Amino acid sequence: MDLINLGIKSIFIENMVFAYFLGMCSFLAVSKKVSTAFGLGLAVIFVLTITVPTNWLLGEFILREGALTWLSKDLASIDLSFLSFIMYIAVIASMVQLVEMVIEKTSPALYGSLGIFLPLIAVNCAILGSSLFMDQREYNLAESAVYGFSSGIGWFLAIIALAAIRERLKYSNVPDGLKGLGITMLITGLMGIAFMSFMGISI
Amino acid sequence: MSTETVDKPVKKESEAFFSKRRKKIVTDPLNDDNPITIQVLGICSALAVTTQMKPTMVMSIAVIFVIVFSNLIISLLRKLIPNRVRIIVQLAVIATLVTLVNEVLQAFAYDMYKELSVFVGLIITNCIIMGRLEAFALANKPYDSILDGLGSGLGYAWIILAVAFFRELFGSGAIFGFEVLKAIGFSADGWVGMDYQANGIMVTPVGAFFILGLIIWVQRNKTGYVEN
Repeated sequence: MDLINLGIKSIFIENMVFAYFLGMCSFLAVSKKVSTAFGLGLAVIFVLTITVPTNWLLGEFILREGALTWLSKDLASIDLSFLSFIMYIAVIASMVQLVEMVIEKTSPALYGSLGIFLPLIAVNCAILGSSLFMDQREYNLAESAVYGFSSGIGWFLAIIALAAIRERLKYSNVPDGLKGLGITMLITGLMGIAFMSFMGISI
Repeated sequence: MSTETVDKPVKKESEAFFSKRRKKIVTDPLNDDNPITIQVLGICSALAVTTQMKPTMVMSIAVIFVIVFSNLIISLLRKLIPNRVRIIVQLAVIATLVTLVNEVLQAFAYDMYKELSVFVGLIITNCIIMGRLEAFALANKPYDSILDGLGSGLGYAWIILAVAFFRELFGSGAIFGFEVLKAIGFSADGWVGMDYQANGIMVTPVGAFFILGLIIWVQRNKTGYVEN
C-alpha cells in the first residue's frame, strides 16, 4: 500500500516538472510535437526505472559510511558519500550508453524513433534529480524502484500534455515577444496549477 | 560609419587584454544571447531555488564558479580529449567541481546546504555548463573560455536573481529576508502599516513559471527577438 501511495505521490503530487522543475530543458525543447515527446518520455521512464535502483545499490554497498564491510571488516570506517555525484552521473551516463546499444541491437525501429533523444537523457536533470532525492529521502530498494518508475511516468505525462497543447497553439495568435518560450512558460504555470489540485490524494 | 581606432598590425599573441571581441564574449550572454531566455538552457535549477534571494545568490555564485573553472579546464585539455569520450570527460570535470562546491557549502554554510539540498548536485546537469563546454571551450583558448564562462554565468545569474526578487517581494513581502513591504507599511488595505498579505502563488513553483514567462516577454519586446 505504501508503495502504491508513493507511486501516486511521485506521479501527480510531486511531479518532477511541476513541483521540482526537473528536466525542464528537454521538457521545453522537445515538446513541439506529440510523437517526439512520446518517444523521449518513454526513454526517460526506461532510464529512470533502471538508474534509480542501480544507484541505490551503489549507495548501499559502496558509498554509504560502513558500506564496504562486505569486503572486509577493516573498511567499516570509510565514508565515500562525497563521491556520490560523480558515481551517480557515471552510472547514468554509462547506463544511457548501454540502453542505447541494447535498443540498437534488439529493436532498430524503436532505436530509430528514440535515436537522438537517448544521449540527451544523460544530461536530463530529472534523472540525476531522482537519484539525489532517492538518496536524500533514504528509500529502500523497492521504494526506489517504484519511485524511479513513477517519476518517469509523471514526467512522461507532463511532456505529452504540453506537446498536445503546443500543437494546438500553432493556430492561436500569440504576441510576438511571447512566442515560443514565453507562452510555454505561462502554459506550464497553468498546468502546474491544475496539478496542484491533486494535492492530498492518497489511497 | 567612421571608425576612429586605427587597426593595429595583426599580431595574434598580443591581443589587448580586454579587446572589443573579448568584451563581446562577456556581454553577449547578458542580454542578446542570454542562456536562459534565448537559448533555453539551465532552466531546471534556475526556477527551483528562486523562492528567496539568498539561496539564489549562493546558487548563482556556485554556477559561475563551476562554469568558469570547467571552461578553463576543458579548454586546457581540449587537444588531449578524444572526441568519442568527450561527454564523459566533461561530466567528470563538472561533477568534480560541483562536489567541491558541495563540500565547501557543507563545511561553511550548513544551513544553506540544507536549503539548497539536491539542487547543488543538479548543477552537474545544468545544460548551460555542458552547452558552453561543447560550444566554446572545446574550440577556444583558455583565457577566452574563462571570459565566455563568466559571461554565461552572469547572464544566468541576473535572470534568476530577477525572478527571485519578484518571487520574494510578492511571495513574502521581503528582499534578502528583510520585510520591505511591512517596513514601509504597505498592506492589503493600503498604507496602514499592517502585515503584508503574502501572495501564496509566488511561493509555489507556478509563480516562477509566470515570472519567468513575463521577464522573457519584456526582454524580447526590447531586443525584438521573435521565435518561430
